[in-house]
Amino acid sequence: MTITDYFNLLWTDYTLRTITLGTAVLGAICGMLGSFAVLRKQSLLGDAISHAALPGIAVAFLITGAKDSNTLLLGALVSGLLGTFWIRGIITKTHLKTDTALGLILSLFFGFGMLLLTFIQKQPNANQAGLDKYLFGQAATLVESDVILMVVVTGISLLILLLFWKEFKILLFDADYTKTLGFNTKFIDTLITFFIVLAIVLGLQTVGVVLMSAMLLAPAAAARQWTNRLSTMIFIAAIFGAFSGVFGTAISASQNNLSTGPVIVLVASVFVLVSFVFSPGRGLLFKQIRFLQNRRDLKLQKTLQFMYDIVSTHDNISHPHAIRILNNFQGFTKKTLQQLEEKKWITLSGQQWSMTQKGFNKAENLYNQSDTND
Amino acid sequence: MTSPQIEIQLIAAVVAMACAIPGVFLVLRKMALISDAISHSILPGIVLGFFITHDLNSPLLILLAACTGVITVVLVEAIQKTGLVKEDTAIGLVFPALFSIGVILIAKNANDVHLDVDAVLLGELAFAPFDRLLMGGVDVGPKSLWIMGSIFIVIIALLLLFYKELKVSTFDIGLSSALGISPMLMHYGLMSVSSVTVVGAFDAVGAILVVAMMIAPAATAYLLTADLKKMLLLSIFFGVFSAIAGYWMANLLDASISGSITTMLGMVFLMVYLFAPRKGLIAVLYRQKQQRTEVSLITFLLHLNNHTEENERHINHLQEHINWQKVRSKTVVTLALKNNMIEIDNKVVSLTEKGKEFTDLALEYIITNKDEKIEPMKDDFFLFRG
Repeated sequence: MTITDYFNLLWTDYTLRTITLGTAVLGAICGMLGSFAVLRKQSLLGDAISHAALPGIAVAFLITGAKDSNTLLLGALVSGLLGTFWIRGIITKTHLKTDTALGLILSLFFGFGMLLLTFIQKQPNANQAGLDKYLFGQAATLVESDVILMVVVTGISLLILLLFWKEFKILLFDADYTKTLGFNTKFIDTLITFFIVLAIVLGLQTVGVVLMSAMLLAPAAAARQWTNRLSTMIFIAAIFGAFSGVFGTAISASQNNLSTGPVIVLVASVFVLVSFVFSPGRGLLFKQIRFLQNRRDLKLQKTLQFMYDIVSTHDNISHPHAIRILNNFQGFTKKTLQQLEEKKWITLSGQQWSMTQKGFNKAENLYNQSDTND
Repeated sequence: MTSPQIEIQLIAAVVAMACAIPGVFLVLRKMALISDAISHSILPGIVLGFFITHDLNSPLLILLAACTGVITVVLVEAIQKTGLVKEDTAIGLVFPALFSIGVILIAKNANDVHLDVDAVLLGELAFAPFDRLLMGGVDVGPKSLWIMGSIFIVIIALLLLFYKELKVSTFDIGLSSALGISPMLMHYGLMSVSSVTVVGAFDAVGAILVVAMMIAPAATAYLLTADLKKMLLLSIFFGVFSAIAGYWMANLLDASISGSITTMLGMVFLMVYLFAPRKGLIAVLYRQKQQRTEVSLITFLLHLNNHTEENERHINHLQEHINWQKVRSKTVVTLALKNNMIEIDNKVVSLTEKGKEFTDLALEYIITNKDEKIEPMKDDFFLFRG
């Protein structure tokens, strides 16, 4: 199947439509809530929580014996929240740092989850097959009810986001100020964390424990490069997330043996890479261009300054001088001289240059702050 | 105990020891999550190495995978240096991307590669004794024991050689540069050692559980001591203990060995987290409660000090003034009485000589902004703590 085939089939094929819709919605909600995680410097919380959710899935299965994905996700949610609060407990109550706490919870919960999973596998007559899809995710197992659940959760979180917009925003940028204004910061904080955990748990079935963190981070990190406004960033992140979902599904469907999760993550990584390089405000490319431009301007001004030093010893500022005498000063080439002429700072005639009044004024005021840019 | 059982425990113990040492430094340098990143991103290195050597235990594969680990660190630092995102985001972007590449590489070549992601991520210690190292036709033991053993010996040798340098560059980067010890060199040295350890251990315990082996013993030890040498020894002890106890638990439950070793590590950490003297949760909560009462006591004494009139010092009056609940006031008054700071005469509270002296001293420290001196002063005055 080629990619065009895929887009043709998208409207007719039930499975394909469900999966595409599912990954798109997932990408959108992850991008939306991931923006908060990135800005709160909790990027790796997603990684820790997604791993911490594993024992919850296993315990939910052990208790109910059901493979119904909603029950398992509830278990994941509980254990993810447990992990989050333990992380917070470690950070606030002991001298262990954030990274250690995250790494601890991540690996310990995951190890415990593995213990439970292997324990379940050894149980007789358990229909345990399919639990390990949560490890690496299988978008192919998405059914309509899963997608409906995702849409509902996305709707609710969007509603909460709009309802508490002001509170979330102020907590994000100035927690102390929020407290002094009398907001219940603990409540707001728990609310936003709860929704981040919820988004992660939703994604487990599709992209799996290991890659979930990238799903949360990458669209937000990419969106961050294009704007300095929170609302715009969340909007762009949601769009990047949704597109990563759709493109990832399209690419993995059009090839054999390509699991969806990793491809979605790679597509999202491409978004990040492109944003890092090509975003006009913060991107590396434009930063480099601006850097070179500034350097060239500085060199030009240095040449002008040197000329000014020569010219200022004469009464007539437009007295022509030989280009040769600039030789012991390395900062000029034919091109820079032409540029100087273009700016009407000097005039060239043959092997001679002479300064204009404009250039003289410019050089005179070069180091004056009051000098306006032309 | 059969010989494979002994061998499994031996391998687990050696892995635990080899992981604990770099783990201590990672935790102290606040780079614990780098080990998580490395453990995931070595996957493409392992896959490429496997394409070339077709042997999961070949030294070339370990070297290639360790290079991927170091590349991860370099990439994370490069992204961080652009200033576009913070360090944690940089880590979170790099390793899933590399891991995805590894998964896709495996998936695309599934037919000719006997390697699956589960095996790399989760490992299986139970099979480790069956992969024997033959030397000149003679069976000399399991391959992974030899590999981890040599890695462990190298780590110990490096630790002994560079102990001083590691210590100074971990705790004081400025001083270490001034002394001519390059922090960069130490950093990349540690990163290389960590990468090699992770790669060597993934076969036995799996890539994710290596992270537990590195971080958990070190974090547990850090709650108990502030001495680097003791911390190293303690974390080795916790690692080995959990490895052996975890093995027997897995035996009992008939479940994954690496999973139960991690669970064991988790339980050890939980115990220490709750019960560690001074730094454990219970000790911290108790101390916070104690300090709260003692701060109340000082407030109470200062208040008394301000009021010479008898009617202002009536016991019920005070309760209204400082606005405390009844129980709280009672605790504070009892504590003050026990410490001979106040005396109650006909329901009028007054400071004793000792109470007066204490209050004046506390007041002076508060006015001159030397709050930190109040804590040792309490030891001089208090017979009973809050």
